[in-house]
Amino acid sequence: MARHHVRATVNGDAVEFLCETGQTLLEALRDELRLTGTKEGCGTGDCGACSVMLDGRLVCSCLVLGVEAEGRSIETIEGMAVGEALHPLQQKFLEHAALQCGICTPGILIAARALLERNPDPTEAEVRDGLAGNLCRCTGYHKIVEAVLAAAREMRGA
Amino acid sequence: MSSAIGTEDLKIVGSRPLRPDGVDKVTGRARYGADVSLPGQLIGKVLRSPHPHARILAIDTSLALALPGVKAVVTRDDFPDMPDEYAAAGELTINYRDVTRNMMAREKVLYDGHPVAAVAAISESVAREALKLIKVDYQVLPHVIDVREAMRPDAPLLHEAQYTEGVSPKPDKPSNIAKRLEFSRGDVAAGFARAEVIVEREFNTQPVHQGYIEPQACLASTTEDGQVELWTSTQGHFMFRAQCAKLLQMEVSRIRVTPTEIGGGFGGKNNIYNEPLAIVLSRKSHRPVKMVMSREEVFRATGPTSGGNVKVRLGATKDGRITAAFAELNFQAGAYPGSSVAPASMCAFTRYDLDNVRVIGHDVTCNRPKVAAYRAPGAPIAAFAVESAIDELAGKLAIDPIEFRLKNAAREGTQTYYGPKLGTIGYVETLEAARAHPHYRAPLGPDQGRGVATGFWFNIGGETSATVNINEDGTVALMHGTLDVAGGSRAAMAMMVAEELGIPFEQVRPIVGDTAVLGFNFITAGSRGTFAGGMACVTAARQAIDRLRTRVAAIREVPVEAVIWKDGQARPAEGSAIRFEPMSLAQIARLAGKTGGTIAGHAEINAQGAGPGFGTHIVDVAVDRETGAIRVLRYTAVQDVGRAIHPAYVEGQLQGGVAQGIGWALNEEYVYGADGVLQNPGFLDYRIPVASDLPYIDTVLVEVPNPNHPYGVRGCGEVPIIAPLAAIANAVSHALGIRLCDLPLSPPRVARAIADRPA
Amino acid sequence: MSELRYEAPKTLAEAVALLSGAKGRARVLAGGTDLLIQMRTGRIQPELLVDIKAVPELGEIVAGNGGYRIGAAVTGMQLIEHADFAKRWPGVVDGVRLIGSLQVKGRATVGGNLCNASPAADSVPALIAAGAVARIVGPHGAREAAVETVVVGPGKTSLAVGEIVTSLLLPPRPLRSGDAYLRFTPRSEMDIAVVGAGVNLTLDAQGICTQARVALGAVASRALLVPAAAAALIGTKVDAAALARLAAAARDACSPIDDKRGSREFRLRTAGVMVCRAAGIALERARRNDG
Repeated sequence: MARHHVRATVNGDAVEFLCETGQTLLEALRDELRLTGTKEGCGTGDCGACSVMLDGRLVCSCLVLGVEAEGRSIETIEGMAVGEALHPLQQKFLEHAALQCGICTPGILIAARALLERNPDPTEAEVRDGLAGNLCRCTGYHKIVEAVLAAAREMRGA
Repeated sequence: MSSAIGTEDLKIVGSRPLRPDGVDKVTGRARYGADVSLPGQLIGKVLRSPHPHARILAIDTSLALALPGVKAVVTRDDFPDMPDEYAAAGELTINYRDVTRNMMAREKVLYDGHPVAAVAAISESVAREALKLIKVDYQVLPHVIDVREAMRPDAPLLHEAQYTEGVSPKPDKPSNIAKRLEFSRGDVAAGFARAEVIVEREFNTQPVHQGYIEPQACLASTTEDGQVELWTSTQGHFMFRAQCAKLLQMEVSRIRVTPTEIGGGFGGKNNIYNEPLAIVLSRKSHRPVKMVMSREEVFRATGPTSGGNVKVRLGATKDGRITAAFAELNFQAGAYPGSSVAPASMCAFTRYDLDNVRVIGHDVTCNRPKVAAYRAPGAPIAAFAVESAIDELAGKLAIDPIEFRLKNAAREGTQTYYGPKLGTIGYVETLEAARAHPHYRAPLGPDQGRGVATGFWFNIGGETSATVNINEDGTVALMHGTLDVAGGSRAAMAMMVAEELGIPFEQVRPIVGDTAVLGFNFITAGSRGTFAGGMACVTAARQAIDRLRTRVAAIREVPVEAVIWKDGQARPAEGSAIRFEPMSLAQIARLAGKTGGTIAGHAEINAQGAGPGFGTHIVDVAVDRETGAIRVLRYTAVQDVGRAIHPAYVEGQLQGGVAQGIGWALNEEYVYGADGVLQNPGFLDYRIPVASDLPYIDTVLVEVPNPNHPYGVRGCGEVPIIAPLAAIANAVSHALGIRLCDLPLSPPRVARAIADRPA
Repeated sequence: MSELRYEAPKTLAEAVALLSGAKGRARVLAGGTDLLIQMRTGRIQPELLVDIKAVPELGEIVAGNGGYRIGAAVTGMQLIEHADFAKRWPGVVDGVRLIGSLQVKGRATVGGNLCNASPAADSVPALIAAGAVARIVGPHGAREAAVETVVVGPGKTSLAVGEIVTSLLLPPRPLRSGDAYLRFTPRSEMDIAVVGAGVNLTLDAQGICTQARVALGAVASRALLVPAAAAALIGTKVDAAALARLAAAARDACSPIDDKRGSREFRLRTAGVMVCRAAGIALERARRNDG
């Protein structure tokens, strides 16, 4: 089967990969680029575990074809920590016990960062709405919401 | 286990350090089932039955095998048949005859999604194409989905040789009722005769799925000399090894299982599905084979828990004393026997001190996937029925529902109807804490209701092993074999070891040992992880301490009795005349090579004395009377956790269990068409709660220490899912003035109840 | 195994040529949020995907003649974030907001939501109520069609082979008019409408409703424009009596099915509730939109 040669930027690095037309960006990230931090929970855009940023836009990478990534910029969980420092959201998730099994955590962190970029001072309800596309089965979301609000406070310097 | 430690002395237990698996999980490093790969691996895929019930007449795999890129195909012919042989798996029992049929159908397919063949190919797309080329000749048979219909004498039979167990004389006709069980105590008829008020109701719940976000995934590599390495997402790697060895008739030593990080399980990853298939595909193809389920496969062929039909009858005197309790529990087992009806029957009334109890249970096969354990298996279904009836009875007696429960509450020494007397328990304490909580007195608005319900779960111990290796610099490598299924038990185990050794938590690195490096560990189920795992870790730490003391005694040339361990040091015993310079763990470790070699402590135990857990929940809901939509406004979960080793992670267990219970109560259900095919095998139409569906879930940790555990631990993971179903149903019933007895309380069902309400 | 091809033409003419040349085995790829799932489940097996996102005009939101032209490949999030559009057509934005999660709306397009032809598509009743028109281009030229005529049944459109919807045209927003879309779902988010209701109405200076359009989703084989429901509002102050007639007319227009998402009975009842609540919101918006 002929494969497409795709050039893209992932977490700031120029990358190339091969993919079949029907393969998703998620499969390309995980199987071709070995960036397995992005997870597949459903493959139908209903759980958010595969959330990544595509040209600055929050998307489910299971609903994007690999070939559509040509020339585009992708950010994944692997690029979230900067140097030795965790992103404030990552740190607050640890401090607030906002993860258990952790399979949803990469997607939730990506979605939470996207939320805080749009809205640095969200209410509890806005955090819940902003994360409604990300299923978590372990936590009941309580500590996730608290962690996002705490990270928002810290990022605002409040 | 003796020598419990008082709270006042604790430095680490009860604090909230950051989990050792945390950074891996927030950075994407943590490796789950689907994240493990090997060079040259193939992709395995399963062909599944499109029919709910059919005889397999023939399977032709020749076209699939001929497809370029296909390296192996397996069907029933590649697996040995198994006789009836039972084994424990979590809280439920499995029968290997059924397990082998469930992983790969033999004579018949028994549900939509039942595996009939599997392929290994060079890519996912080739594997998918190959599945289309496998020809299966089916003789379609009539099917039955609903538990009540399956119990009828004329229902389509799943197992022609299944005669109801537990009935004497042995029935002369086969039945879908695999088993009848009964527990009783006292004289129920006399108890009802004394009753001044009686409540009698019938309740129904739908099967729900564990809903872990990580689909099952495994990778197997089989060598030409028959050695197997298996990586899998599991709640019990030793159990998976045992099951694979049994099903493939291999020696246990041939199989090494390395558990990956697990992306949720909740009982659904207690049992093998694709693992034996991957091993045989690897054996046939001489390549590693990776098999990852799709979400659709997860819904069609793994889990779920039973749906149940429960009849309850309760009688009480006017002063609020329960005189008799009866329940009949009819549980769907799915395609093969083995539902959670037995634990459910035992849990049904075990929050109350009752003289006259009778519980009958039926385990019923029907054309659905074989049920798996789900967090306190069966207990939520039983509690939904019983706690709804208790609420109604309290209402009829005009007694506050918490007060009514207190009047009848089980306490230490209460005789259960299924066997033991209860030991030290904290049920009353949870009721009193709930009654004292501001939530219980907060005002309610229009169309709002408040519900209360309580839950009980046994909790278990079991076989457990651990090794505490003292590193050469005095830090510790803790290897435990009881998996952390994500609640944070590995943090809790490391905390207990650090507490014992008197060193900082960060100096203990806990890792999960694979099946080659530790002795057998039972599956992480029954809320045993922190209880049994912790007990083993403490035992191992204490053995290491004994060895440390012995070394110091030799170094300092004093009797070992004169050396005690305190605050991370070997010191002279207090009051002893023998004095010597204390030695820290690091000092002893540095000298270990010269004083007899490395120092370690081991534990291989069968943990006994699990403390039962009790919880009392309060919930407020608002009902939209025009649409039937229910919104959960406020939730408070109170639970006796014995002692919270890491309180934040214990709170997380309560919050997560409650959220699952809310989903079960409100919207989750399996929907089958008349054709017996599952209609909602995805997260769009199988509606687990999203963040915006839920409020904050407040928790109150009551600590009545378990006297059998060195730190007083009781299992805490399962109790919180038990009460929410009834608590919410009670709240909705109070908001509407209508008793709702069928779950889920989905808007169409609630709207109809409102519309049908007698004027 | 048939090879699945992928093309990303830069012009509309190329796109139309590719689609026309594929004898019906081609699919337009816009956001892909429905298409990829249908491919994954094997429900469709196209031979060619024509990615239209590289055609510049399909990605534009253009104000003109008092109205708006929304390119068919404009994503939900782009439309939601367009402040002036959201001010003029809050009901359309209500509908777009409900198309899946933020992640899905980051990809899903308004054109795709229409052409996927789901009876439960959230933006469609809102667009119908708004009086939106689809501009369609095909091998035989361009045409325009009212949005309510584009979908003919579940998964079926009135588009001919090779035709694509290129944009949606929203009319000028009159003074004292407002629109709203509401749906009912069991979950608060991440769900499919069990019933959807779009209402767009205009008041005169005395608060009397002079024009109205009412559309319903998920209660028939396609989203419906319900003139009788609109008639229940026109000439009234959208008072309780008018709302009761509105609800009755809406229920009369429904021909729902029993399915996994809701019973026929439930859909009928809830359609009346949702349309009244949407009318209430549209009324409030109309009153505030007084210039």
